[in-house]
Amino acid sequence: MVRKPLPMNEMPNTVEKVTDMTETKIAARKVQVYYGDTHAIQDVDIDIQAKAVTAFIGPSGCGKSTFLRTLNRMNDTIDVCRVEGDIKIDGEDIYDPKVDPVQLRAKVGMVFQKPNPFPKSIYDNVAYGPRIHGLASKKAELDEIVASSLQKAGLWNEVKDRLDGPGTGLSGGQQQRLCIARAIAVSPEVILMDEPCSALDPIATAKVEELIDELRENYTIVIVTHSMQQAARVSQQTAFFHLGILVELGATQDIFTNPQDKRTQDYITGRFG
Amino acid sequence: MTEHTVSSYDEELTTIAGRIAEMGGVAEELVSDAVSALMRRDLVLADQTIAKDVKLDELLLDIEMRNVQVIARRQPMGQDLREIMAAGRIANDLERVGDMAKNVAKRVIAMDEGLKSSTLAIGVEHMTELALAQLKAVLDAYTRRDADAAKLVRDRDSEVDAIYTSIFRELLTYMMEDPRNITQCAHLLFCAKNIERIGDHATNIAENVYYMVTGDRLTDDRPRMDETGVADKENA
Amino acid sequence: MTETTLSPAPSSAETPAAPAKGKSLYALDKLTQKRNASETRFKAYGITAILIGLFFLVVLAVSIISEGTPAFTRTVVEVEFAVSQEQFDDAEKQLFKTRAYENLFISGLKQQLDESGVTVPFDEAAIERLLGKPGNTIRSFFRENPDQIGQPVGFELAASSRVDGYMNGRVTRDNIVDSRFLMKSDLDIADALVEAGIIKTAFNWNFITGADSGVDNPGGAGIGASAVGSFFMMLVVLFLSLPIGVAASIYLEEFAPQNRITDMIEVNISNLAAVPSIVFGILGLAVFIQFMHLPQSAPLVGGLVLTLMTLPTIIISTRASLKAVPPSIRDAALGIGASKMQAIFHHVLPLAMPGILTGTIIGLAQALGETAPLLLIGMVGFVARGYPDGLIAGFTEPNSAMPAQIYTWAARADYAFYEKAWGGIIVLLVFLLSMNILAIILRRRFERRW
Repeated sequence: MVRKPLPMNEMPNTVEKVTDMTETKIAARKVQVYYGDTHAIQDVDIDIQAKAVTAFIGPSGCGKSTFLRTLNRMNDTIDVCRVEGDIKIDGEDIYDPKVDPVQLRAKVGMVFQKPNPFPKSIYDNVAYGPRIHGLASKKAELDEIVASSLQKAGLWNEVKDRLDGPGTGLSGGQQQRLCIARAIAVSPEVILMDEPCSALDPIATAKVEELIDELRENYTIVIVTHSMQQAARVSQQTAFFHLGILVELGATQDIFTNPQDKRTQDYITGRFG
Repeated sequence: MTEHTVSSYDEELTTIAGRIAEMGGVAEELVSDAVSALMRRDLVLADQTIAKDVKLDELLLDIEMRNVQVIARRQPMGQDLREIMAAGRIANDLERVGDMAKNVAKRVIAMDEGLKSSTLAIGVEHMTELALAQLKAVLDAYTRRDADAAKLVRDRDSEVDAIYTSIFRELLTYMMEDPRNITQCAHLLFCAKNIERIGDHATNIAENVYYMVTGDRLTDDRPRMDETGVADKENA
Repeated sequence: MTETTLSPAPSSAETPAAPAKGKSLYALDKLTQKRNASETRFKAYGITAILIGLFFLVVLAVSIISEGTPAFTRTVVEVEFAVSQEQFDDAEKQLFKTRAYENLFISGLKQQLDESGVTVPFDEAAIERLLGKPGNTIRSFFRENPDQIGQPVGFELAASSRVDGYMNGRVTRDNIVDSRFLMKSDLDIADALVEAGIIKTAFNWNFITGADSGVDNPGGAGIGASAVGSFFMMLVVLFLSLPIGVAASIYLEEFAPQNRITDMIEVNISNLAAVPSIVFGILGLAVFIQFMHLPQSAPLVGGLVLTLMTLPTIIISTRASLKAVPPSIRDAALGIGASKMQAIFHHVLPLAMPGILTGTIIGLAQALGETAPLLLIGMVGFVARGYPDGLIAGFTEPNSAMPAQIYTWAARADYAFYEKAWGGIIVLLVFLLSMNILAIILRRRFERRW
């Protein structure tokens, strides 16, 4: 059962202040993903709101990461993977033959499960994206982009004195924020995060979550997470996937207090098995 | 409902539900004892009733402690979260019910002359039966996780209210007839009010049971009348 | 517990809470003992294996060094004498010109012996046995440097290989048999010359820089020319196999679709690595020489053949190191909008570089030491007697290679060549060692970029 996203105005005593914009950034219709003969994602219809955090939850192998990766065509790199259906970002079909996945990925950035900074300096990590996309013509401009990206990622004060130091020398949480800064540096509109905190300790996780909350003012964020608590903490909209099906989509507070589907209920209360 | 993957989580939730049921039992007993003491002018029973209220306070504390622990350790979600929240509020209501019964028992002791005529209290007794039935029904609904039964309990609360209004008028009449009745009638009136409050608590519990089971709140369009005879919308 | 008792086995009444006690941790059970014993045994096997390996390595190193070092020294006869203009003109007029120079040399030698007060009878034939025929060397020196005529000139002439052998103990008075090469009496002369300071041992630069000599002159043989041949071959191998190998690996690893054709290619590459090198030699002979008519015995052809042989090694090691680059790096690059090419060339390749270099060096080292395929393209039959003139000639002119040269020497009858073969092996090993050091330095440089 899929609920209409956010019947928020009907809710009395809304606990969380939610952006009153309900503009849709990504609209997916009848999306199918096949891995060879396996039908990994079936008939997913979803509207992802602009400038809000949408969380994908579900048990391992439910297809949430797969679906996330269809949103910036990262699945293209897998030979046996085939995507059908419609995914539109701002009304443009991203699987249109005219669309170059490289350009798409500049618009839809991605942060991965394991912090994966390049084995280069902190500066070069952030500057790499702007360089290959030609976003800066002068060194000063590039410096500016690097500084502002690191500031937005809340990492500036920690690394400003060692921009030439290796990115891999940072702590796990800092590395992940560096990866977020790297994603921000190419000024994307959407940031996809694939379990960004699963390799981090609780404090680093809290910092990343705080960052996500700040970023949603300017970016549309889609986050896959194994931690329901995290989904509950950071997201405004939550989608529950199970066995390749989008089981339930709704406002986060509804999903976690009063899910409509038995499977969602079982999953979030820890009764799956 | 299927069981949790972590079985000790199930045990914790079951224990809390058990404690609520226990509290319910004690609360019912207190109410019926208090009213029995009133009817039979049994001061010993009244004393016992007052003493028994401590048990409810202890149970409330126990449930609250368990709730805090479950929240801290399990981070309950969905149905479990609602169950924990409902358990806390129901326990509170039951404790209040106990307080009401204790209050009635105290008045039994305070009314040193005893009832002149038990006819005066027949209305109160009848009302108590009704309120107790409500309490039983709602506790039953709680144990069976029955939202419909809970809804029924809430809808029936107006009956208690109606009886209370009529008792109010009746006692008022007695007081006007003979000023010597006033002390007794005033006490009785307070007793009636307490019983009526028990009905209200049963309603609260019903609402919590309904929320616990369905996740939705009962919309508050039920007409309520109190002794003022003015309809209003209660806001819990 | 208020009282702590240290009794080893407290009765159960004293510790009611403790569950049934197992055995003491101090007592090892059978299984543990067995496990530990087998572990100890395995360690012993390992150490034994390493010791055996080390032993053979030491034996090899010692024998190479002890057998090979004499090749780096040579025995020389140092004689200083002057030739006047009249003597020169006179000698040039004679029929046997070199004989005349030899006479001059002998008189010079006599004079020098007299000066040092050593007397030993010797004749012309003995000198020839000791020094070969020095006349030619002296004549060509004065013909080329007429300005030196009339001045005392120090000649350093190579002693014959028998004398050389006598000096370094290979030839002794006991095992010598009188022959036209050496008489027992010659040894007396040699001893006298040593006493007079005329016969000395010197470092044999000619062995490192020189070219091969004829079978009758092992003393003049050098490995330099064939080292140059090997060097040019390695250049060919490096500049062909590295780009081809790396490009092929990147395509196969990153771009090629997974299907039956690529599977077959992969299997065949692995098989190629196991093909005996002589097969590549046959292929080279058939394709490069007989079909394409490339020059025979040339380092170019040798390089091409060795390239074929090295390619599978480089491809396999490059693919392995590409595979070892964590996919997260690829994801990271693709995730911020790098194209596949950019992701590979900016991020994956630099990280795989140390592995690629290692593979390349291993391949090159293998190629450097390879003899069998060179047999078939004629690099063994040819004996390099000089350096190639010029860069192009270095590739196209017939030359030998170090292993082929060593093989040739080892096959010659004269024992002195056997010594040269050992010496050649030392040079080859030094060559290999320096290549490996270069590889290590390069790898360090790449690895330092985290």
